[in-house]
Amino acid sequence: MLPRTRKGAAMNQHVKINRRSFVIGAATAGAGLAIGLDLPFGGPAVVRAADGSPEVNAWVVIKPDETVVIRIARSEMGQGTLTGLAQLVAEELECDWSKVTTEYPTPGQSVARKRVWGDFSTGGSRGIRTSQDYVRKGGATARVMLIQAAANEWKVPATECKVSAGVITHTPTGRTTTYGKVAEAAAKIEPPADVKLKDPKDWTIAGKGLKRLDTVDKTTGKMIYGADIKLPGMLNAAIKDCPVFGGKVKSFDAAKIANMKGVKKVVQVGDSGVAVVADTWWHAKTALDALPIVWDEGDNAKVSSETIAKWLAEGLDNAQPAYVGNQNGDAKAAIAGAAKKVEAVYSYPYQNHATMEPMNATVLYTSEKCEVWCGTQNGEAAFAAALEASGLPPEKVDVHKLMLGGGFGRRGMTDYVRQAVAIAKQMPGTPIKLLWSREEDMQHGKYHPITQCKLTGAFDADNNLIALHYRLSGQSILFSVRPEALQNGMDPAAFQGVAQSGEASIGYSVPNLLVEHAMRNPHVPPGFWRGVNVNHNAIYMECFMDELALAAGQDPLEFRRKLMGKHPKHLAVLNAVAEKIGWSTPAPKGVYRGIAQVMGYGSYVAGAAEISVTDGSKIKVHRIVASTDPGYVVNPAQVERQIAGSFVYGLSALFYGGCTVKDGRIEQANFDTYNSMRINEMPKVESVMVPSGGFWGGVGEPTIGVAAPAVLNAYFAATGKRIRSFPLRTQNITFA
Amino acid sequence: MDWTNQGTAMASLKINGKTITVDVEDDTPLLWAIRENVGLTGTKYGCGIAQCGACTVHMDGVAMRSCGVTVGEAAGKEITTIEGLAAGGVLHKVQTAWIANDVPQCGYCQSGMIMAVAALLKDNPKPTDDDINDAITNICRCGTFQQVREAIHAAANA
Repeated sequence: MLPRTRKGAAMNQHVKINRRSFVIGAATAGAGLAIGLDLPFGGPAVVRAADGSPEVNAWVVIKPDETVVIRIARSEMGQGTLTGLAQLVAEELECDWSKVTTEYPTPGQSVARKRVWGDFSTGGSRGIRTSQDYVRKGGATARVMLIQAAANEWKVPATECKVSAGVITHTPTGRTTTYGKVAEAAAKIEPPADVKLKDPKDWTIAGKGLKRLDTVDKTTGKMIYGADIKLPGMLNAAIKDCPVFGGKVKSFDAAKIANMKGVKKVVQVGDSGVAVVADTWWHAKTALDALPIVWDEGDNAKVSSETIAKWLAEGLDNAQPAYVGNQNGDAKAAIAGAAKKVEAVYSYPYQNHATMEPMNATVLYTSEKCEVWCGTQNGEAAFAAALEASGLPPEKVDVHKLMLGGGFGRRGMTDYVRQAVAIAKQMPGTPIKLLWSREEDMQHGKYHPITQCKLTGAFDADNNLIALHYRLSGQSILFSVRPEALQNGMDPAAFQGVAQSGEASIGYSVPNLLVEHAMRNPHVPPGFWRGVNVNHNAIYMECFMDELALAAGQDPLEFRRKLMGKHPKHLAVLNAVAEKIGWSTPAPKGVYRGIAQVMGYGSYVAGAAEISVTDGSKIKVHRIVASTDPGYVVNPAQVERQIAGSFVYGLSALFYGGCTVKDGRIEQANFDTYNSMRINEMPKVESVMVPSGGFWGGVGEPTIGVAAPAVLNAYFAATGKRIRSFPLRTQNITFA
Repeated sequence: MDWTNQGTAMASLKINGKTITVDVEDDTPLLWAIRENVGLTGTKYGCGIAQCGACTVHMDGVAMRSCGVTVGEAAGKEITTIEGLAAGGVLHKVQTAWIANDVPQCGYCQSGMIMAVAALLKDNPKPTDDDINDAITNICRCGTFQQVREAIHAAANA
């Protein structure tokens, strides 16, 4: 952790915190705040790290022993961003990669320094793509200052000096010095107003599949996740929130468990939660399970999956109001007068993130300070939540980020931080670790939103697709999470993957197109679930594309290609997977192929699967090929892992997932009812990276969009059966 | 630190070669005794119902899901956790292969995954892909299976 430095300057900032401005905004383009790089201060007031080493600037600290500490504001949750961002800084810095370590600044420090590290939010596949510019500038600026410091010492022009791996050479004389030796002097130099960044084709550290920086501790048990932190005198809390979302605590009988071993206190948490605080978490959980609690479940207790499905189905009726997200021509008229029509209705269920590490946060609250230790995808959102829950001013609050045992969007939310602060506030001076049970985690998620979709396609007499009507009905994430991002009530993110333009645009040109969303918001809270709205939109569109190809009597790939002439980047990744999987040659006997493409998070992705099916219901996935064009690839080894992991996450949801609602609550409580793929079910993923440059796309999420439709289209090819409702377990289809 | 006034329940556990006496009831899951009473947090809680494997340890050399074993059942057995896998400061070949193949993503499941694989290789030094499919049933939500498989073969050939 960094100490507070430059106290006077930093602490007197009265920073206006707007809670909403910190809320993670994974779904929308440009949802992050405008960020200026406020590179701090040359001059004599050097900012120092914990051990006294000087900051060359906010991103780079160099120690006398040549260790290079690179500050990372975004969160590492497995996706490799920590390593990738360090590569980008190190590339411009021209330091010795083997000397690089990383450090998280705290949100409190960032706010106190006018958000010098920019946005902390790590969602929407934004970790690298929306900070690459200023972190590279941070590295380049530091390099210029370090070289200038050496030049000053030698009394030579900086233009006569060059640097390689942290060793500065005065070319004419051959004299050398090192970053570690000049860092102190460099920290006092006025930073250059502008720096030129390298052309990515000249990269030597970035762009390479370097090993992650956080691996060793993850193989020895030493890595400290949120759930692992220990503080002196710490107590442990287990919590139950009202099982019906929106319900409240009516009463609880603390006396019944007061004598159970280890129990220290029973506290109400907000309107809807009860927590037991004990010496150990096991004691807390055991006592909580024995605690009589009466809930006021409210009207939501009448809601079930059936009532939600009925309500959403009504939204498919064209007579109902809907927001138009994308249109050209007159789809309704063209469909009415068409020679041939195809119509299908699909649905996609709620999904839980099911991070391996359940939600948790540890808080030490006193009237003077509120400190939080947790895994979070957005340190600033956690900070804002702690501010609000503690009632303390910004300079008395801070968040110490720990490793996340998975995020996938769930840890961009701050409900667990608020709860932990609320508990700790009732026991001032005692650190409290709140850990959710798996059951609490499964049943109090921020679920992948539930939707249905009616798709209608129309052909002319020559089997040309002349119209497509894409009518979505269901839940908006932004309505619940960031209502200020709605546009006259419309959720623009609902059209991810089928939008007209932008970072998640449709890859097909249809003369008459109508894409609309009848918003229906059930009481089950939605959240950003890896891939977000790209997931269901890609399933609906890409499965239906195969249905249209069938109706037109055309090959699914050829049918798509004809509609993609004006979308060369979408087409390029589709062609790449088609070539790699061998689409133009027959599959092995008994093996069937499916293909899909989508754009999301600024990247173009496509996937193809080869499967065989036994008894019409047992699927073996033999092969997966996936292509992505994210513009630039910072670490190909990690991009490959994100692509493969997207298939595991997406296919787990397709086969085994699906959260159902009964009596207003989620039925699935653990991995026995919300299962996840194992190694025997997952083939190797062959990835084809085709970065075309000129733009920066994300990689953590887009690929998940093509995982399910590639397999579903292959399943149709194998069986002639089109599945339109998920998960597959409810159709009695499973892995072979 | 003993916060309780409700009496003590001492149990003796042999963990990573040391005998440790802890104040914990016999019916406590071994997982929680390891994490909270012994203080070794490399063994992770994932589900509590022996589904996910994040809590896998070795008990007398056999991979066990420690959330499903009580302290009473574990007493007297040789228990090895991820912290005890490296012998004499030298990493186990599975850990070495894990580092060489850059296996972990978030890493939360990997302690359990590594313990399961170490037990597999002890019984079956050269497992085939089918052997791996049968033996390794741990959940990894990040989806590291491709690297897990490659690293198992690498460790087997080390």
